[in-house]
Amino acid sequence: MKIHEYQAKELFRAHDILVPDSEVARDPDHARRIAETLGSPVVIKAQVHAGGRGKGGGVQVVDSAAAAEQAARNILGMELVTEQTAGMGKTVNQVLVERAVAIDRELYCSLLVNRDTATITILVSSDGGMNIEEVAAATPERIVSVDVNPLLGLQGFQLRALAAVLALSGDTGKKFSAMMRRLYRFFVDYDCSMVEINPLVVTDQGELIAIDAKVDIDGNSLYRHPDVAAMRDPLEEDPHERKAAEFDLNYIKLSGNIGNMVNGAGLAMATMDIIKQAGAEPANFLDVGGGASAARVEQGFRIILDDPHVKGILINIFGGILRCDELARGVVQAATAVGLSVPVVVRMEGTNVEEGRRILADSGLNLINAEDIGDAARKVAEIA
Amino acid sequence: MTIFADDTTRVLVQGITGKEGQFHTRQCIAYGTTVVAGVTPGKGGQKMDEVPVFNSVKEAAGATGANASLIFVPPPFAAEAIVEAVDAGIELIVCITEGVPIMDMLRVKQFLAATSCRLIGPNCPGIISPGRCKIGIMPGHIHLPGGPFGVVSRSGTLTYEVVHQLTQQGLGQSTCVGIGGDPVNGTGFLDCLHAFNEDPETQAVVMVGEIGGSAEEEAAEWIAHHMDKPVIGFIAGLTAPPGRRMGHAGAIISGGSGTAEAKLAAMEQASIHVCRDLGGLGALCREVYDGAKLSR
Repeated sequence: MKIHEYQAKELFRAHDILVPDSEVARDPDHARRIAETLGSPVVIKAQVHAGGRGKGGGVQVVDSAAAAEQAARNILGMELVTEQTAGMGKTVNQVLVERAVAIDRELYCSLLVNRDTATITILVSSDGGMNIEEVAAATPERIVSVDVNPLLGLQGFQLRALAAVLALSGDTGKKFSAMMRRLYRFFVDYDCSMVEINPLVVTDQGELIAIDAKVDIDGNSLYRHPDVAAMRDPLEEDPHERKAAEFDLNYIKLSGNIGNMVNGAGLAMATMDIIKQAGAEPANFLDVGGGASAARVEQGFRIILDDPHVKGILINIFGGILRCDELARGVVQAATAVGLSVPVVVRMEGTNVEEGRRILADSGLNLINAEDIGDAARKVAEIA
Repeated sequence: MTIFADDTTRVLVQGITGKEGQFHTRQCIAYGTTVVAGVTPGKGGQKMDEVPVFNSVKEAAGATGANASLIFVPPPFAAEAIVEAVDAGIELIVCITEGVPIMDMLRVKQFLAATSCRLIGPNCPGIISPGRCKIGIMPGHIHLPGGPFGVVSRSGTLTYEVVHQLTQQGLGQSTCVGIGGDPVNGTGFLDCLHAFNEDPETQAVVMVGEIGGSAEEEAAEWIAHHMDKPVIGFIAGLTAPPGRRMGHAGAIISGGSGTAEAKLAAMEQASIHVCRDLGGLGALCREVYDGAKLSR
């Protein structure tokens, strides 16, 4: 789960990781009052779940409270497009008003779960403030990483290796080690999947301060982090996806016009691929779960049909322990309840499939039976 | 022969008294699996149908000689259930639970590395050696016993689809392993490929991958240099948008890596028979298998 920069900084503060003084504002007047308290200059930063905000015009440095109010007025409500928003704008509903820091050096630091080695990888670079993917591509030797075994924790030699590559020594080196230990502890205690500080700055006083904070927390762990669960921002989510989540459905909105409903995530991805191969574009990803009960199929129909671009639907279900005849009754019941407005191709395979197909055919509904995957693709192409 | 599980495997079920645990224990027994015990702390001394329930894995294994465990414990307690099974000396642990925190799995994976236990999952359908034993939630009757195909997959229903197509082609399966859709899991593609390569009943392998991570690329690299048997590969998620988790926690394209195209390219490079049309997978397997037989 992604959280906002201001929320990540609240967590950092609580774990003694230094961040600049700041407060979040939802209207320009509030931004001005915060700036008056902090003293100029201040930085006004758009709070959206996407990186690259500076280039998109979502970050402004100003030198008076009046200018802070004007900058907040400009940024609040804007549709911020960055390299990470996939061409679409994200509405800015809040800004962080932060005291500007006198910077000596800008460093890069991130921690992430390494799925290949089952470790926590820490990456640092002296090239802070830059896009780290670009640094990795152009000068990979300027990034150094260590893999921390979660059973052992962060080791002293690893800290020394990181400090050495950042050329941090003496008092600042000690501060760096202490901060990294706290950051690692935070990462583990909060079930983070990614923490990125870019830039981590060294001030002219030799302090290390996190100027930016990006924190991603494992959604599976939220049951033990109610404080993080409360940080969820529904405005950052697609309204369809938000509604689907309420029904406990795994739904992702896409830009095509063929809706689809599948039991199981792998088969759902494969079904999207089939739609594409048929020359159409999938309107969504929807996994209704291995069981695919009538109630879930009905909820799935409602979510898919809520999307005005959908011209047709492909249902692809493999009936295993839940038999095809039961599934077919569920689909008919759901389709009747919803009142289908678009053609629906149903491809069903597995146990009792003949009986299932008969139930669909006798339903009198606009359900098009597909014999196999190839047939389903052809029939999808016809309705697209 | 089969890999990892056969008709000598004696299974205990952790979380046997829960709804899922009861249902799937009955399904496994009906398939012919030797289920010797169940474990639910606090319910020792009870029975689930004819299966005796114990308070701990150690007690259950001691009393019944169980050497495999099937786990249906809820996510907050799943990692601990795995560690308890390891501690009791269980050799094969199959964890079905979906939603185990990744941090828990990082520790479990490091802990397992120092033992000889095999973990399958979590977030997986389990393992089946058709006609011999089923330790998982897959529909048993779609399988055809006796080989020649081994199947290894990150998915659940997509694996059933693949198995069904094999069976329709008259191609049986030695063992089918669902390794699970989480980013950090136990047994991986490589472990299964190693074992299938050594297994005389397995003469060809279907490998079903999906977006996210680099396990398919590593497997392809190993296949290119070491695999003696033909491999048919399929990857789900060609149309998946980057940065979004597609149902499975591990199915995500991040920073441009883990794409389906990259995995397919690695497979083609390794002379794996790549299937781009799911509907034609069974027919492709038939073609590859018949071709391999002729050339032998």
